[in-house]
Amino acid sequence: MSNRSVVPFGPQHPVLPEPIHLDLVLEDEVVVDAIPSIGFVHRGLEKLVEVKDFNEMAYVAERICGICSYGHGFGYCDAVEHIMNIEIPPRAQYLRTILFEMSRLHSHMLWFGLLADGFGFESLFMDAWRIREKLLDMLEEATGGRVIFSINKIGGMRRDIPKEMLKSFRQRLEDLTEDLKVTVRTLLEDPAVKSRLSGVGVLTADEVETLGAAGPFLRGSGIRRDSRKLGYLAYDDIDFDIITHNDGDTYARTYVRAMEILQSVDIIKQAIEKTPAGEVDVPVKGFPNGEYMTRIEQPRGEACYYVKANGKKFLERMRVRTPTFANIPALTASLRGSELADIPILILAIDPCISCTER
Amino acid sequence: MKLSKSPWLLHYDASSCNGCDIEVLAATTPRFDVERFGIINTGNPKHADILVITGGVNNQAKSVVKQIYSQMPEPKVVVAAGICACDGGIFKDCYNIMGGVDKVIPVDVYVPGCAVRPEALIDGVVKALAILDQKRDAMKSHAACEINYDKNSDTKEKNQA
Ligand code: SF4
Repeated sequence: MSNRSVVPFGPQHPVLPEPIHLDLVLEDEVVVDAIPSIGFVHRGLEKLVEVKDFNEMAYVAERICGICSYGHGFGYCDAVEHIMNIEIPPRAQYLRTILFEMSRLHSHMLWFGLLADGFGFESLFMDAWRIREKLLDMLEEATGGRVIFSINKIGGMRRDIPKEMLKSFRQRLEDLTEDLKVTVRTLLEDPAVKSRLSGVGVLTADEVETLGAAGPFLRGSGIRRDSRKLGYLAYDDIDFDIITHNDGDTYARTYVRAMEILQSVDIIKQAIEKTPAGEVDVPVKGFPNGEYMTRIEQPRGEACYYVKANGKKFLERMRVRTPTFANIPALTASLRGSELADIPILILAIDPCISCTER
Repeated sequence: MKLSKSPWLLHYDASSCNGCDIEVLAATTPRFDVERFGIINTGNPKHADILVITGGVNNQAKSVVKQIYSQMPEPKVVVAAGICACDGGIFKDCYNIMGGVDKVIPVDVYVPGCAVRPEALIDGVVKALAILDQKRDAMKSHAACEINYDKNSDTKEKNQA
Protein backbone atom coordinates (compact mmCIF):
# COMPACT_ATOMS: atom_id res chain seq x y z
CA MET A 1 0.00 0.00 0.00
CA SER A 2 1.43 3.31 -0.92
CA ASN A 3 1.29 6.30 1.35
CA ARG A 4 -0.26 9.60 0.52
CA SER A 5 1.66 12.76 1.20
CA VAL A 6 1.06 16.41 0.43
CA VAL A 7 3.81 18.51 -1.10
CA PRO A 8 3.31 22.26 -1.09
CA PHE A 9 4.39 23.90 -4.36
CA GLY A 10 4.91 27.66 -4.30
CA PRO A 11 4.08 30.48 -3.80
CA GLN A 12 7.80 31.15 -3.94
CA HIS A 13 9.37 28.55 -6.22
CA PRO A 14 12.44 28.64 -8.51
CA VAL A 15 10.52 27.90 -11.71
CA LEU A 16 7.72 30.32 -10.96
CA PRO A 17 8.35 33.95 -11.81
CA GLU A 18 4.97 34.66 -10.23
CA PRO A 19 3.38 33.31 -7.08
CA ILE A 20 0.75 30.60 -7.16
CA HIS A 21 0.30 27.88 -4.60
CA LEU A 22 -0.54 24.25 -5.31
CA ASP A 23 -1.05 21.50 -2.80
CA LEU A 24 0.11 18.38 -4.58
CA VAL A 25 -1.30 15.15 -3.16
CA LEU A 26 1.15 12.41 -3.98
CA GLU A 27 1.03 8.66 -3.98
CA ASP A 28 4.69 7.75 -4.21
CA GLU A 29 5.88 9.78 -7.21
CA VAL A 30 2.50 10.20 -8.83
CA VAL A 31 0.27 13.20 -8.34
CA VAL A 32 -3.27 12.10 -7.51
CA ASP A 33 -4.65 15.55 -6.90
CA ALA A 34 -3.60 19.17 -7.21
CA ILE A 35 -5.40 21.85 -5.26
CA PRO A 36 -4.61 25.38 -6.40
CA SER A 37 -4.95 28.43 -4.21
CA ILE A 38 -4.58 31.88 -5.66
CA GLY A 39 -4.72 35.45 -4.46
CA PHE A 40 -1.08 36.40 -3.94
CA VAL A 41 -1.18 39.07 -6.62
CA HIS A 42 -4.79 40.13 -6.37
CA ARG A 43 -4.81 43.93 -6.38
CA GLY A 44 -8.46 44.60 -7.00
CA LEU A 45 -7.84 46.99 -9.86
CA GLU A 46 -11.34 46.61 -11.29
CA LYS A 47 -12.56 48.73 -8.41
CA LEU A 48 -10.25 51.55 -9.47
CA VAL A 49 -12.99 52.62 -11.93
CA GLU A 50 -14.38 54.57 -8.98
CA VAL A 51 -11.33 56.79 -8.63
CA LYS A 52 -9.85 56.90 -12.14
CA ASP A 53 -11.89 58.30 -15.01
CA PHE A 54 -12.58 56.33 -18.17
CA ASN A 55 -9.58 57.78 -20.00
CA GLU A 56 -7.14 57.00 -17.19
CA MET A 57 -8.51 53.48 -16.89
CA ALA A 58 -6.86 52.64 -20.22
CA TYR A 59 -3.52 52.88 -18.43
CA VAL A 60 -4.75 50.92 -15.43
CA ALA A 61 -6.09 48.18 -17.71
CA GLU A 62 -2.68 47.95 -19.31
CA ARG A 63 -1.17 47.18 -15.92
CA ILE A 64 -3.32 44.11 -15.38
CA CYS A 65 -0.29 42.24 -16.60
CA GLY A 66 3.12 43.33 -17.82
CA ILE A 67 3.47 40.59 -20.44
CA CYS A 68 0.18 40.96 -22.28
CA SER A 69 -0.04 44.65 -21.40
CA TYR A 70 -0.67 45.74 -24.96
CA GLY A 71 -3.71 43.52 -25.39
CA HIS A 72 -5.27 44.60 -22.12
CA GLY A 73 -4.96 48.27 -23.01
CA PHE A 74 -6.39 47.64 -26.45
CA GLY A 75 -9.24 45.41 -25.23
CA TYR A 76 -10.41 48.04 -22.78
CA CYS A 77 -10.18 50.87 -25.32
CA ASP A 78 -12.06 48.78 -27.87
CA ALA A 79 -14.94 48.17 -25.47
CA VAL A 80 -15.27 51.86 -24.59
CA GLU A 81 -14.98 52.86 -28.25
CA HIS A 82 -17.86 50.54 -29.09
CA ILE A 83 -20.00 52.06 -26.37
CA MET A 84 -19.24 55.56 -27.65
CA ASN A 85 -19.68 54.56 -31.30
CA ILE A 86 -16.20 55.70 -32.22
CA GLU A 87 -14.86 54.46 -35.52
CA ILE A 88 -11.10 54.50 -35.35
CA PRO A 89 -9.20 55.34 -38.58
CA PRO A 90 -7.88 52.48 -40.75
CA ARG A 91 -4.25 53.41 -40.14
CA ALA A 92 -4.76 53.09 -36.40
CA GLN A 93 -6.42 49.70 -36.95
CA TYR A 94 -3.37 48.45 -38.79
CA LEU A 95 -0.86 49.92 -36.38
CA ARG A 96 -2.76 48.33 -33.51
CA THR A 97 -2.62 45.00 -35.31
CA ILE A 98 1.13 45.31 -35.85
CA LEU A 99 1.80 46.20 -32.24
CA PHE A 100 -0.52 43.47 -30.99
CA GLU A 101 1.35 40.84 -32.95
CA MET A 102 4.68 42.27 -31.79
CA SER A 103 3.54 41.93 -28.23
CA ARG A 104 2.37 38.37 -28.89
CA LEU A 105 5.79 37.67 -30.33
CA HIS A 106 7.61 39.00 -27.29
CA SER A 107 5.25 37.17 -24.96
CA HIS A 108 5.77 33.88 -26.77
CA MET A 109 9.54 34.32 -26.75
CA LEU A 110 9.39 34.95 -23.03
CA TRP A 111 7.40 31.75 -22.53
CA PHE A 112 9.80 29.91 -24.81
CA GLY A 113 12.74 30.87 -22.62
CA LEU A 114 11.01 30.03 -19.37
CA LEU A 115 9.95 26.62 -20.66
CA ALA A 116 13.49 25.84 -21.79
CA ASP A 117 14.76 26.94 -18.39
CA GLY A 118 12.11 24.74 -16.77
CA PHE A 119 13.74 21.58 -18.03
CA GLY A 120 17.27 22.83 -17.69
CA PHE A 121 18.02 23.89 -21.27
CA GLU A 122 19.74 27.06 -20.08
CA SER A 123 21.37 28.03 -23.38
CA LEU A 124 18.05 27.93 -25.22
CA PHE A 125 16.56 30.13 -22.52
CA MET A 126 19.29 32.70 -23.02
CA ASP A 127 18.96 32.50 -26.78
CA ALA A 128 15.22 33.11 -26.71
CA TRP A 129 15.64 36.11 -24.45
CA ARG A 130 18.44 37.46 -26.64
CA ILE A 131 16.09 37.47 -29.61
CA ARG A 132 13.33 38.92 -27.45
CA GLU A 133 15.49 41.95 -26.67
CA LYS A 134 15.54 42.80 -30.38
CA LEU A 135 11.75 42.72 -30.43
CA LEU A 136 11.63 44.91 -27.35
CA ASP A 137 13.91 47.39 -29.11
CA MET A 138 11.36 47.73 -31.87
CA LEU A 139 8.49 48.11 -29.41
CA GLU A 140 10.45 50.71 -27.51
CA GLU A 141 11.17 52.70 -30.66
CA ALA A 142 7.52 52.66 -31.62
CA THR A 143 5.92 53.26 -28.24
CA GLY A 144 8.56 54.48 -25.80
CA GLY A 145 8.27 51.59 -23.37
CA ARG A 146 9.74 48.14 -23.08
CA VAL A 147 6.94 46.37 -21.27
CA ILE A 148 4.28 48.95 -20.52
CA PHE A 149 3.46 50.78 -23.74
CA SER A 150 0.51 53.08 -23.01
CA ILE A 151 0.15 53.87 -26.68
CA ASN A 152 -3.57 53.18 -26.98
CA LYS A 153 -6.09 55.73 -25.90
CA ILE A 154 -9.82 55.97 -26.31
CA GLY A 155 -10.23 57.05 -29.92
CA GLY A 156 -7.02 55.73 -31.44
CA MET A 157 -3.34 55.95 -30.66
CA ARG A 158 -1.28 58.50 -28.81
CA ARG A 159 1.28 58.68 -31.58
CA ASP A 160 1.88 57.55 -35.13
CA ILE A 161 4.56 55.13 -36.21
CA PRO A 162 6.43 56.79 -39.11
CA LYS A 163 6.70 55.06 -42.47
CA GLU A 164 10.49 54.67 -42.32
CA MET A 165 10.23 53.01 -38.93
CA LEU A 166 7.73 50.49 -40.24
CA LYS A 167 10.04 49.77 -43.15
CA SER A 168 12.96 49.20 -40.83
CA PHE A 169 10.81 46.86 -38.68
CA ARG A 170 10.06 44.83 -41.75
CA GLN A 171 13.71 44.52 -42.57
CA ARG A 172 14.71 43.68 -39.02
CA LEU A 173 12.03 41.00 -38.77
CA GLU A 174 13.28 39.58 -42.04
CA ASP A 175 16.77 39.36 -40.56
CA LEU A 176 15.43 37.78 -37.38
CA THR A 177 13.42 35.09 -39.14
CA GLU A 178 16.37 32.79 -39.68
CA ASP A 179 17.37 33.08 -36.01
CA LEU A 180 13.82 32.41 -34.92
CA LYS A 181 13.53 29.36 -37.14
CA VAL A 182 16.71 27.84 -35.74
CA THR A 183 15.56 28.40 -32.17
CA VAL A 184 12.10 27.01 -32.78
CA ARG A 185 13.54 24.00 -34.58
CA THR A 186 15.87 23.33 -31.67
CA LEU A 187 12.96 23.21 -29.27
CA LEU A 188 10.69 21.12 -31.45
CA GLU A 189 13.19 18.66 -32.85
CA ASP A 190 15.68 18.07 -30.08
CA PRO A 191 15.25 14.41 -29.03
CA ALA A 192 15.80 15.18 -25.35
CA VAL A 193 13.17 17.89 -25.40
CA LYS A 194 10.77 15.66 -27.29
CA SER A 195 11.10 12.80 -24.85
CA ARG A 196 10.54 15.19 -21.97
CA LEU A 197 7.36 16.67 -23.43
CA SER A 198 5.66 13.92 -25.44
CA GLY A 199 2.87 11.98 -23.79
CA VAL A 200 2.95 14.17 -20.67
CA GLY A 201 -0.31 15.62 -19.34
CA VAL A 202 -2.57 14.39 -22.13
CA LEU A 203 -6.05 15.91 -22.37
CA THR A 204 -8.51 15.05 -25.12
CA ALA A 205 -10.42 17.62 -27.15
CA ASP A 206 -13.55 16.79 -25.18
CA GLU A 207 -11.84 17.32 -21.86
CA VAL A 208 -10.28 20.68 -22.65
CA GLU A 209 -13.55 21.86 -24.10
CA THR A 210 -15.65 20.91 -21.07
CA LEU A 211 -13.04 22.31 -18.69
CA GLY A 212 -13.17 25.59 -20.59
CA ALA A 213 -9.52 25.95 -21.55
CA ALA A 214 -8.42 28.73 -23.88
CA GLY A 215 -5.79 29.57 -26.46
CA PRO A 216 -2.91 27.26 -27.35
CA PHE A 217 -4.01 24.87 -24.59
CA LEU A 218 -7.24 24.34 -26.53
CA ARG A 219 -5.60 24.31 -29.93
CA GLY A 220 -3.02 21.80 -28.70
CA SER A 221 -5.87 19.31 -28.31
CA GLY A 222 -7.04 19.81 -31.85
CA ILE A 223 -9.79 22.41 -31.44
CA ARG A 224 -9.74 25.09 -34.09
CA ARG A 225 -10.65 28.21 -32.18
CA ASP A 226 -8.84 31.51 -32.35
CA SER A 227 -10.60 34.77 -31.53
CA ARG A 228 -8.50 36.61 -34.09
CA LYS A 229 -10.80 35.01 -36.65
CA LEU A 230 -13.66 37.08 -35.21
CA GLY A 231 -12.28 39.78 -37.44
CA TYR A 232 -11.49 42.65 -35.13
CA LEU A 233 -8.75 45.15 -36.07
CA ALA A 234 -7.23 44.29 -39.43
CA TYR A 235 -7.19 40.51 -38.95
CA ASP A 236 -9.88 40.00 -41.57
CA ASP A 237 -7.60 41.32 -44.31
CA ILE A 238 -4.70 39.16 -43.27
CA ASP A 239 -4.10 35.69 -44.49
CA PHE A 240 -3.35 33.26 -41.67
CA ASP A 241 -4.38 29.82 -40.54
CA ILE A 242 -5.28 28.59 -37.08
CA ILE A 243 -2.44 26.40 -35.86
CA THR A 244 -3.53 23.21 -34.14
CA HIS A 245 -2.07 19.90 -33.06
CA ASN A 246 -4.01 16.73 -32.32
CA ASP A 247 -1.95 15.01 -29.63
CA GLY A 248 -3.21 17.01 -26.65
CA ASP A 249 0.04 16.54 -24.69
CA THR A 250 2.62 19.05 -23.54
CA TYR A 251 4.51 18.70 -26.78
CA ALA A 252 1.39 19.63 -28.75
CA ARG A 253 0.86 22.78 -26.67
CA THR A 254 4.51 23.68 -27.14
CA TYR A 255 4.24 23.07 -30.86
CA VAL A 256 1.23 25.37 -31.23
CA ARG A 257 2.90 28.24 -29.39
CA ALA A 258 6.22 27.80 -31.12
CA MET A 259 4.62 27.80 -34.56
CA GLU A 260 2.62 30.88 -33.63
CA ILE A 261 5.92 32.68 -33.18
CA LEU A 262 6.69 32.22 -36.86
CA GLN A 263 3.09 32.98 -37.80
CA SER A 264 3.16 36.29 -35.93
CA VAL A 265 6.21 37.40 -37.91
CA ASP A 266 4.29 36.68 -41.07
CA ILE A 267 1.21 38.57 -39.88
CA ILE A 268 3.29 41.61 -38.97
CA LYS A 269 4.94 41.62 -42.39
CA GLN A 270 1.59 41.42 -44.16
CA ALA A 271 0.13 44.16 -41.98
CA ILE A 272 3.07 46.48 -42.61
CA GLU A 273 2.61 45.98 -46.37
CA LYS A 274 -1.05 46.93 -46.19
CA THR A 275 -0.93 49.82 -43.71
CA PRO A 276 -2.75 52.77 -45.29
CA ALA A 277 -1.79 56.41 -44.75
CA GLY A 278 -3.91 58.77 -42.68
CA GLU A 279 -4.78 59.87 -39.19
CA VAL A 280 -4.27 57.68 -36.13
CA ASP A 281 -6.90 59.10 -33.83
CA VAL A 282 -10.27 60.80 -33.76
CA PRO A 283 -11.47 63.40 -31.25
CA VAL A 284 -13.55 62.02 -28.39
CA LYS A 285 -16.42 64.04 -26.96
CA GLY A 286 -18.74 63.31 -24.06
CA PHE A 287 -18.86 60.35 -21.72
CA PRO A 288 -19.70 56.73 -22.50
CA ASN A 289 -23.18 55.43 -21.80
CA GLY A 290 -24.10 51.76 -22.21
CA GLU A 291 -22.36 48.41 -21.96
CA TYR A 292 -20.22 46.26 -24.19
CA MET A 293 -18.08 43.16 -24.13
CA THR A 294 -15.00 42.78 -26.30
CA ARG A 295 -13.40 39.44 -27.07
CA ILE A 296 -9.81 39.34 -28.23
CA GLU A 297 -7.13 36.70 -28.63
CA GLN A 298 -4.32 37.31 -26.16
CA PRO A 299 -1.08 35.33 -26.38
CA ARG A 300 -2.47 32.90 -23.77
CA GLY A 301 -5.98 32.63 -25.18
CA GLU A 302 -9.23 34.48 -25.35
CA ALA A 303 -9.70 37.46 -23.04
CA CYS A 304 -12.98 39.32 -22.53
CA TYR A 305 -13.43 42.93 -21.41
CA TYR A 306 -16.78 43.98 -20.10
CA VAL A 307 -17.43 47.68 -19.56
CA LYS A 308 -20.59 49.28 -18.18
CA ALA A 309 -20.96 53.04 -18.23
CA ASN A 310 -23.77 55.37 -17.24
CA GLY A 311 -22.94 58.65 -18.95
CA LYS A 312 -20.60 59.84 -16.22
CA LYS A 313 -16.89 60.44 -16.15
CA PHE A 314 -16.36 57.36 -14.02
CA LEU A 315 -17.43 53.96 -15.29
CA GLU A 316 -19.85 51.84 -13.37
CA ARG A 317 -18.04 48.54 -13.83
CA MET A 318 -15.13 47.00 -15.63
CA ARG A 319 -14.67 43.27 -15.64
CA VAL A 320 -11.93 41.27 -17.26
CA ARG A 321 -11.91 37.56 -17.90
CA THR A 322 -8.42 36.32 -18.64
CA PRO A 323 -7.21 33.14 -20.32
CA THR A 324 -5.06 31.76 -17.50
CA PHE A 325 -8.00 31.82 -15.13
CA ALA A 326 -9.94 29.77 -17.66
CA ASN A 327 -7.01 27.39 -18.00
CA ILE A 328 -6.58 26.53 -14.33
CA PRO A 329 -9.25 23.77 -14.15
CA ALA A 330 -7.78 22.09 -17.22
CA LEU A 331 -4.29 22.54 -15.80
CA THR A 332 -5.15 20.77 -12.55
CA ALA A 333 -6.77 18.00 -14.58
CA SER A 334 -3.58 17.56 -16.58
CA LEU A 335 -1.50 17.43 -13.39
CA ARG A 336 -3.48 14.48 -12.04
CA GLY A 337 -1.74 11.24 -12.80
CA SER A 338 1.57 12.78 -13.81
CA GLU A 339 4.93 12.43 -12.10
CA LEU A 340 6.10 14.99 -9.57
CA ALA A 341 9.14 15.81 -11.70
CA ASP A 342 6.92 16.81 -14.62
CA ILE A 343 4.90 19.34 -12.66
CA PRO A 344 7.03 22.42 -13.49
CA ILE A 345 6.92 21.60 -17.22
CA LEU A 346 3.19 21.04 -17.19
CA ILE A 347 2.63 24.36 -15.49
CA LEU A 348 5.04 26.25 -17.74
CA ALA A 349 3.58 24.71 -20.90
CA ILE A 350 0.31 26.60 -20.46
CA ASP A 351 2.30 29.83 -20.04
CA PRO A 352 0.53 30.82 -16.84
CA CYS A 353 0.08 34.49 -16.16
CA ILE A 354 -0.90 34.88 -12.55
CA SER A 355 -1.18 38.67 -12.62
CA CYS A 356 -3.87 38.38 -15.29
CA THR A 357 -5.64 35.65 -13.39
CA GLU A 358 -5.96 37.59 -10.18
CA ARG A 359 -5.91 41.20 -11.38
CA MET B 1 34.58 49.58 -9.24
CA LYS B 2 35.62 46.44 -7.42
CA LEU B 3 32.94 44.03 -6.33
CA SER B 4 33.59 42.76 -2.84
CA LYS B 5 31.54 39.68 -3.65
CA SER B 6 29.18 38.31 -6.27
CA PRO B 7 25.85 38.65 -4.54
CA TRP B 8 23.07 36.18 -5.20
CA LEU B 9 19.63 37.57 -5.77
CA LEU B 10 16.29 36.30 -4.71
CA HIS B 11 13.38 37.67 -6.65
CA TYR B 12 9.82 37.68 -5.36
CA ASP B 13 6.66 39.03 -6.93
CA ALA B 14 4.61 40.58 -4.14
CA SER B 15 1.43 41.54 -6.03
CA SER B 16 2.99 43.32 -8.98
CA CYS B 17 1.66 43.40 -12.52
CA ASN B 18 4.74 41.31 -13.44
CA GLY B 19 6.03 43.99 -15.81
CA CYS B 20 8.80 44.64 -13.32
CA ASP B 21 9.41 40.93 -12.80
CA ILE B 22 10.18 40.27 -16.42
CA GLU B 23 12.58 43.21 -16.35
CA VAL B 24 14.33 41.69 -13.33
CA LEU B 25 14.70 38.48 -15.32
CA ALA B 26 15.78 40.40 -18.41
CA ALA B 27 18.66 41.85 -16.39
CA THR B 28 20.15 38.35 -16.12
CA THR B 29 19.86 37.55 -19.85
CA PRO B 30 22.37 38.30 -22.62
CA ARG B 31 21.67 42.00 -23.26
CA PHE B 32 22.36 43.08 -19.68
CA ASP B 33 23.91 39.88 -18.43
CA VAL B 34 24.61 40.46 -14.76
CA GLU B 35 25.51 36.78 -14.55
CA ARG B 36 28.92 37.62 -15.99
CA PHE B 37 29.71 39.19 -12.61
CA GLY B 38 28.61 36.03 -10.87
CA ILE B 39 25.34 37.62 -9.83
CA ILE B 40 22.91 34.74 -9.92
CA ASN B 41 19.16 34.71 -9.58
CA THR B 42 18.71 31.93 -7.04
CA GLY B 43 15.44 30.35 -6.04
CA ASN B 44 16.41 29.67 -2.46
CA PRO B 45 16.09 32.35 0.25
CA LYS B 46 18.82 30.66 2.27
CA HIS B 47 21.36 31.26 -0.51
CA ALA B 48 20.45 34.87 -1.17
CA ASP B 49 22.17 38.12 -0.22
CA ILE B 50 19.87 40.58 -1.91
CA LEU B 51 16.09 40.37 -2.04
CA VAL B 52 14.70 42.04 -5.16
CA ILE B 53 11.03 42.53 -4.58
CA THR B 54 8.35 43.96 -6.86
CA GLY B 55 4.77 45.03 -6.29
CA GLY B 56 2.80 46.79 -3.60
CA VAL B 57 2.23 43.71 -1.36
CA ASN B 58 -1.35 42.61 -0.75
CA ASN B 59 -2.74 41.09 2.41
CA GLN B 60 -2.14 37.53 1.33
CA ALA B 61 1.42 38.13 0.16
CA LYS B 62 2.34 39.91 3.41
CA SER B 63 3.14 36.80 5.41
CA VAL B 64 5.03 35.25 2.48
CA VAL B 65 7.23 38.33 2.16
CA LYS B 66 7.96 38.33 5.88
CA GLN B 67 8.77 34.65 5.83
CA ILE B 68 11.13 34.85 2.87
CA TYR B 69 12.88 37.82 4.45
CA SER B 70 13.32 36.01 7.76
CA GLN B 71 14.76 32.96 5.99
CA MET B 72 17.57 34.94 4.39
CA PRO B 73 20.87 34.86 6.31
CA GLU B 74 22.42 38.07 7.68
CA PRO B 75 23.69 40.39 6.29
CA LYS B 76 20.88 40.97 3.80
CA VAL B 77 19.69 43.89 1.70
CA VAL B 78 16.27 44.56 0.21
CA VAL B 79 15.80 46.28 -3.15
CA ALA B 80 12.30 47.53 -3.97
CA ALA B 81 12.00 47.36 -7.78
CA GLY B 82 9.39 49.49 -9.54
CA ILE B 83 7.16 52.25 -8.32
CA CYS B 84 4.62 49.73 -7.00
CA ALA B 85 7.20 48.30 -4.63
CA CYS B 86 8.30 51.79 -3.61
CA ASP B 87 4.90 53.16 -2.63
CA GLY B 88 2.07 51.25 -4.31
CA GLY B 89 2.24 53.14 -7.61
CA ILE B 90 -0.85 52.97 -9.78
CA PHE B 91 -2.44 50.45 -7.40
CA LYS B 92 -2.05 52.65 -4.36
CA ASP B 93 -5.80 53.21 -4.07
CA CYS B 94 -6.69 49.52 -4.37
CA TYR B 95 -8.44 48.07 -1.32
CA ASN B 96 -6.08 45.15 -1.11
CA ILE B 97 -2.69 46.84 -1.45
CA MET B 98 -0.52 47.76 1.54
CA GLY B 99 1.24 50.46 -0.50
CA GLY B 100 4.89 49.56 -0.71
CA VAL B 101 7.24 46.87 0.50
CA ASP B 102 8.51 49.06 3.34
CA LYS B 103 5.17 48.67 5.09
CA VAL B 104 6.11 45.05 5.71
CA ILE B 105 9.90 44.67 5.79
CA PRO B 106 12.74 47.22 5.91
CA VAL B 107 13.83 48.38 2.44
CA ASP B 108 17.37 49.59 1.71
CA VAL B 109 17.26 50.66 -1.93
CA TYR B 110 14.29 52.09 -3.85
CA VAL B 111 14.37 51.77 -7.65
CA PRO B 112 11.45 53.65 -9.24
CA GLY B 113 10.08 53.19 -12.75
CA CYS B 114 6.99 51.66 -14.30
CA ALA B 115 8.24 49.24 -15.37
CA VAL B 116 11.67 49.47 -13.80
CA ARG B 117 14.36 49.51 -16.48
CA PRO B 118 17.04 46.81 -16.25
CA GLU B 119 19.75 49.50 -16.25
CA ALA B 120 18.14 51.18 -13.26
CA LEU B 121 17.80 47.86 -11.51
CA ILE B 122 21.47 47.04 -12.02
CA ASP B 123 22.33 50.45 -10.60
CA GLY B 124 20.15 49.64 -7.61
CA VAL B 125 21.87 46.31 -7.07
CA VAL B 126 25.28 47.99 -7.16
CA LYS B 127 24.07 50.41 -4.49
CA ALA B 128 22.72 47.47 -2.53
CA LEU B 129 26.11 45.86 -2.69
CA ALA B 130 27.71 48.84 -0.96
CA ILE B 131 25.08 48.60 1.78
CA LEU B 132 25.72 44.88 2.06
CA ASP B 133 29.42 45.64 2.66
CA GLN B 134 28.58 48.15 5.37
CA LYS B 135 26.28 45.70 7.09
CA ARG B 136 28.91 43.00 6.95
CA ASP B 137 31.56 45.31 8.42
CA ALA B 138 29.16 46.28 11.17
CA MET B 139 28.66 42.63 11.98
CA LYS B 140 32.40 42.00 12.03
CA SER B 141 33.15 44.84 14.38
CA HIS B 142 30.51 43.54 16.72
CA ALA B 143 32.49 42.20 19.66
CA ALA B 144 30.61 38.93 19.88
CA CYS B 145 31.57 37.99 16.35
CA GLU B 146 35.25 38.63 16.79
CA ILE B 147 37.30 35.54 17.39
CA ASN B 148 40.57 36.44 18.96
CA TYR B 149 42.78 33.43 18.52
CA ASP B 150 45.46 34.71 20.93
CA LYS B 151 42.89 35.18 23.62
CA ASN B 152 41.53 31.75 22.90
CA SER B 153 44.90 30.17 23.41
CA ASP B 154 45.21 32.12 26.65
CA THR B 155 42.03 30.68 27.98
CA LYS B 156 43.09 27.28 26.80
CA GLU B 157 46.26 27.48 28.84
CA LYS B 158 44.31 28.73 31.82
CA ASN B 159 41.89 25.89 31.45
CA GLN B 160 44.68 23.41 31.34
CA ALA B 161 46.35 24.94 34.33
S1 SF4 C 1 5.73 49.51 -11.33
FE1 SF4 C 1 4.44 49.37 -13.18
S2 SF4 C 1 5.33 47.68 -14.33
FE2 SF4 C 1 6.09 47.51 -12.25
S3 SF4 C 1 4.71 46.13 -11.20
FE3 SF4 C 1 3.95 48.22 -10.86
S4 SF4 C 1 2.47 48.61 -12.48
FE4 SF4 C 1 3.68 46.84 -13.09
